[in-house]
Amino acid sequence: MWDYTEKVKDHFLNPRNVGEVENPDGIGEVGSLACGDALRLSIKVDEKKRIRDAKFKTFGCASAIASSSALTEIIKGMTLEEAEKVTNQDIANYLGGLPEEKMHCSVMGREALQAAIANFRGQEVTKEDYEIVCKCFGVTDKDIERAIKENDLKTVEQVTYYTKAGGGCAQCHPKIEAIIERVRKEMERESPPPKPDKRKLTNIQKIKLIEETLGREIIPALKADGGDLELIDVDGSKVYVALRGKCSFCPSSEFTLKQYVESKLKEFVSDDIVVEEVKP
Amino acid sequence: MKTVYVDNNATTRVAPEVLEAMLPYFSEFYGNPSSMHFFGGQVQKKVNEAREQAADFLGAEPSEIVFTSCGTESDNAAILGTLDSYPEKRHFITSRVEHPAVMNVSSHLSRKGYRTTEISVDREGRLDLDELKESITDETALTSIMYANNETGVLFPIEEIGEIVKSSGIPFHTDGVQAAGKIPLNMKKSTVDLLSLSGHKLHAPKGVGVLYIRKGTKFSPFMIGGHQEKGRRGGTENVPYIIGIGKACELAKKHLEEENTRVRALRDYLEVKILEKVPNTLVNGDRNNRLPNTLNVSFEYVEGESILLLLSDLGICASSGSACTSGSLEPSHVLRAMGVPFTAAHGSIRFSLSIYNTKEEMDYIIEHLPPIIQRLRDISPFWKDYLKSQGKG
Repeated sequence: MWDYTEKVKDHFLNPRNVGEVENPDGIGEVGSLACGDALRLSIKVDEKKRIRDAKFKTFGCASAIASSSALTEIIKGMTLEEAEKVTNQDIANYLGGLPEEKMHCSVMGREALQAAIANFRGQEVTKEDYEIVCKCFGVTDKDIERAIKENDLKTVEQVTYYTKAGGGCAQCHPKIEAIIERVRKEMERESPPPKPDKRKLTNIQKIKLIEETLGREIIPALKADGGDLELIDVDGSKVYVALRGKCSFCPSSEFTLKQYVESKLKEFVSDDIVVEEVKP
Repeated sequence: MKTVYVDNNATTRVAPEVLEAMLPYFSEFYGNPSSMHFFGGQVQKKVNEAREQAADFLGAEPSEIVFTSCGTESDNAAILGTLDSYPEKRHFITSRVEHPAVMNVSSHLSRKGYRTTEISVDREGRLDLDELKESITDETALTSIMYANNETGVLFPIEEIGEIVKSSGIPFHTDGVQAAGKIPLNMKKSTVDLLSLSGHKLHAPKGVGVLYIRKGTKFSPFMIGGHQEKGRRGGTENVPYIIGIGKACELAKKHLEEENTRVRALRDYLEVKILEKVPNTLVNGDRNNRLPNTLNVSFEYVEGESILLLLSDLGICASSGSACTSGSLEPSHVLRAMGVPFTAAHGSIRFSLSIYNTKEEMDYIIEHLPPIIQRLRDISPFWKDYLKSQGKG
């Protein structure tokens, strides 16, 4: 059973603002039957560009209904400028939090709001260049980028919880991984985080720890599948390795490197490790 | 608040007779059945009795019964223990609608380099027997096909499948966890080589299972340890629970007829009334070949978790194949394999009854379910669209 807050239960059992406003000034529709949840938000905007009324219709689970209800409560009375700044985190906070696996419900709320505002302004919803990354749930790279930035996401699993991307056939995981890496680099450039001082490793300590981790956590597993791996060099947080045996021509070797080798080194050595393959 | 428990395919209430039979073996008779002294010996006798009860229930010999820790262990042991006995054969056949205890073993095998075939089902959940016939090769080490589906209750023609599989000399395992106690099982007249049972689906407690292994079937132990269970499953016997499952088997045999008459009638009553009172509702699974206790219905344009929570608020305990309750983002693999459309797959609810259910409880569900569905449909954007498309909006 999901661990929903009392506030979520209240908004699920007694949803506020269900329905459709008469003669709406903006309508935002997101989700679909196939995806398992969908939200239709309609808003009435007065001459001062203030949201006078907002109503919703939602197909989905308890947290989807509660998030929609919360959204309408939050935005009623806001100016469009204020409403534009509402994030999915605001919706989750209003509800006293959502289980992480259900955060996509709050994201759906934020997306519907954006769509409704765009619809009011007569814009087509952001026709900027985008790519559908997750074909199962129709999630674009823009959706994923925004979720990563707004919620400080670090892993594919988290991206799935927040956007659903990668929750189906899992084929897009390497792509999501690449987006996370790129966006996090951008985020660091924009606001470099205070240096994590949890374990200041000297270079020698770091190399030793990398060797130990490879020997204990990684190489035995690769060998079991007929592969092997050799540490070539370490430069700052970059770890250069060469794949040997079956791994060297395995089509999923890139996946192995990123999903497996890099995540293990991040876990046991340092969060900022990046693994690069040295091709023979 | 009263509790109406209609989730018996998930787990069942321990029968009072079962609990009573178990209790002395926690405190008074705590001996180890393997011990040489009288204190262990008297426990050994009770374990043997439980073995006879389980054998009698399955139409098997006591020596063909192995006690395990759960249905999942029985499935794992049956599959991995058989494959271990045929190391040169690297092909495994199963179905697309198995319980995770078989399905995920199949994926595990595939990662280990086995070739695996998952036989498909049709819209009614019926197995494609031609596909099964075609998939058998000299390389096939084992076929594992469930007896009855846990989500829909659909029964597979196990003896027909067994004929096909056995005629090629391939061992045949079936996950009988849901079938046991609901349809008659007689291993003496069966083609099945290995069959899994779970205690807690049978009014015994959680934490005990049975693996039936036909005499003469090649089998390597999955749990390696002492000489217990004739060397087929190491580990000191879980005596009170074994006594519990023995008693549960005895009771299940006695209650089999009630399951197929009174319980079936309750299920049918619930089904008919729901279909009558809630429009746009469909039954998932072959209604002519189904467990007598299971009803899987889909309510179009609403989502299962919401239904469950509103039911739960009224004390009604059921389950759903919706994405939000399956712990993933996609609806149940069983409904997807059957090709249930998305309009319905997300809104599926399973009611699974037991002999402890009553007509009053069915009436309670029938009274409260339709307003719940209506309430959610009133919130759903698709319901109004649908009504409009039908010219009713």
